[in-house]
Amino acid sequence: MGTRNPVTWLGSPTFPEAARTALADTQLRRNLRNATTTIRGRRAQAVGELPDWERLRRAGEAIKDDVLHHLDRYLEQLEAAVTARGGVVHWARDAAEANDIVLRLCGDAREVVKVKSMATQEIGLNEALAAAGVHAVETDLAELIVQLGDDRPSHILVPAIHRNRSEIREIFRAAGLGPASDDPRVLAEAARAHLRRKFLSCEVAVSGANFAVADTGSVVVLESEGNGRMCLTLPRKLITVMGLEKVVPTWQDLEVFLQLLPRSSTAERMNPYTSTWTGVTPGDGPEEFHLVLLDNGRTATLADPVGRQALRCIRCSACLNVCPVYERTGGRSYGSVYPGPIGAILTPQLVDDPHDEQAASLPFASSLCGACFEVCPVRIDIPSVLTHLRARAVEAKGRSAESVAMAAAAWVFASASRYEKAQKLGSLARLFAHDGRISWLPGPGAAWTSSRDAPVPAREPFREWWRKNRG
Amino acid sequence: MEKVALFATCLTDTLYPATARATVRLLERLGLTVEFPLDQTCCGQMHFNTGYRDHAADLAVRFASMFSGYDAVVVPSGSCAGMVRHVQPDLGAAPPPTYELSEFLVDVLQVTDVGAYFPHRVTYHPTCHSLRMLGVGDKPLALLRQVRGLELVELPQADSCCGFGGTFAVKNADTSTAMLADKMRCVLDTGAEVLTAGDNSCLMHIGGGLSRLRTGVRPVHLAEVLASTEEEPWAPATR
Repeated sequence: MGTRNPVTWLGSPTFPEAARTALADTQLRRNLRNATTTIRGRRAQAVGELPDWERLRRAGEAIKDDVLHHLDRYLEQLEAAVTARGGVVHWARDAAEANDIVLRLCGDAREVVKVKSMATQEIGLNEALAAAGVHAVETDLAELIVQLGDDRPSHILVPAIHRNRSEIREIFRAAGLGPASDDPRVLAEAARAHLRRKFLSCEVAVSGANFAVADTGSVVVLESEGNGRMCLTLPRKLITVMGLEKVVPTWQDLEVFLQLLPRSSTAERMNPYTSTWTGVTPGDGPEEFHLVLLDNGRTATLADPVGRQALRCIRCSACLNVCPVYERTGGRSYGSVYPGPIGAILTPQLVDDPHDEQAASLPFASSLCGACFEVCPVRIDIPSVLTHLRARAVEAKGRSAESVAMAAAAWVFASASRYEKAQKLGSLARLFAHDGRISWLPGPGAAWTSSRDAPVPAREPFREWWRKNRG
Repeated sequence: MEKVALFATCLTDTLYPATARATVRLLERLGLTVEFPLDQTCCGQMHFNTGYRDHAADLAVRFASMFSGYDAVVVPSGSCAGMVRHVQPDLGAAPPPTYELSEFLVDVLQVTDVGAYFPHRVTYHPTCHSLRMLGVGDKPLALLRQVRGLELVELPQADSCCGFGGTFAVKNADTSTAMLADKMRCVLDTGAEVLTAGDNSCLMHIGGGLSRLRTGVRPVHLAEVLASTEEEPWAPATR
């Protein structure tokens, strides 16, 4: 194909550079801190209500692992079931193929309604449709805010988390929706009136899928606003784009995720709208149903025994809400449809190009504090995948100033006598000390002393004391 | 518990020897004979976390052979103990039972009152690897509550990362600094004179920031707090 995978945004700088810009935006930091602090507390409470949360997590992990081990079998089963119920299944290797399929299915339609979907963002569907003269109307409120603001989403669940309500009023006003105040109720009403017109006029709807049940061919979408349900039921034709890994074996397996997802994502016991549909039903709902099964880097990810656990992700965004790095930098710094800790491990794998500098910077965008793993409802060991992908990035980069320094450090640590000589050499840093602190260091040390004093090396390392006193 | 070895960690050995001396003093006061294998260097954590797995594996194997034959290895660092216990086995090493200091005291020796005296207002930062990788929970707090003269004040947002993260602090210096700023604000809000933790790496980071701002709050490792007694009270290290 040779086309770029749109899971990363064209022209995005590496994470440290993008983060610097975001950190300078004090309004953004305030908006993010308020939002993540609130949702963190609510999630902890919602999860704390369940005595068997740990068992649920382990069940979710086990089901997803089984799916990943037998993905071929479950997908074939899903295809057969969807087809038997009057749906049509399409297979897409990459973003370009998936976009072509959707565009072809749109036929003569010039406007389509969409329920928020990460898969269609991942393939850049809206842009691809626009290039062919088809306007995609986002119907999720936060997604609509992003779309009208000609902006990029910065959160998986709340794409407009970085905006406050007065910013939203301005976006709506500029788009001609004209709300008179920044009262959330008034803003929501303005969006509602706008969307109602679109639901009733569009012939085609595009959705994503949270899950698809292999044995019955049923597709499932969870949402909060009901706009998704309008998309899924009103238009004549429904096109669902779904990542390969979203399949679950049976309805019984679904039960586990219907508990894990809402509590992890919106901190609700149950999400307000769960829509399921199975093929087509004459006289009820869409007359045509198409399911596009998207690979776009997933089978490559599946081949990596450590990295593949990222495919267990159910897109709840709990990891974003607890991540201290995300909280300061926001989602757009990740330069990808998938921000935060999950984005830092999923994006580089979907891109599948170790020489892509922007994607390769993402696994380093973490202090490895482990808060993400603690909250993940399907127990993705994000810190382990981060260090695994760091090793991959280091290998791809080959020889660098850092790799030379690391090899030198390893050589020093491999021998106690070399290590002791290095300690003596390092104590030369005492020359930089004033008043018992080091406020400036040259070279790589400068990144440290830009904001922190450095410790003054001890006159007598511990081992010398030990030799004198206990040796 | 016959043979207990101290793994001082390269950072503490070189930059914070007072912590290692305090650990020895504390363990000896509790009746143990401590050994310090002089061939020890580093557990390989920096290499592993930065993506240099092969170097880390060599150091892991070296560590295991260095400490084989000991009943327990005690480490005054949650992150290095976490590296030894949870990562080294994946790198092909078989280290002996290894404990972070507070775990060793509470779980193995089963003491919370170590006879310490430390008449200062103290706040405790639970470092991420102690908290999440090792799951030390409230053990350090249980120890601190028994210290005579010590006034323990709760640190707001205690479980959020200070922003150190090893090479993260320099690779993503701006983000690390933003995290540090929030952590420092919380520390200053407590009005504590002393910030304590089980990891000199995190204390080096937070302490470096507190020193830059001339706040006067002192970072003191948990081992030094617990080693302090009325007869031999803690004093700032002379460098």
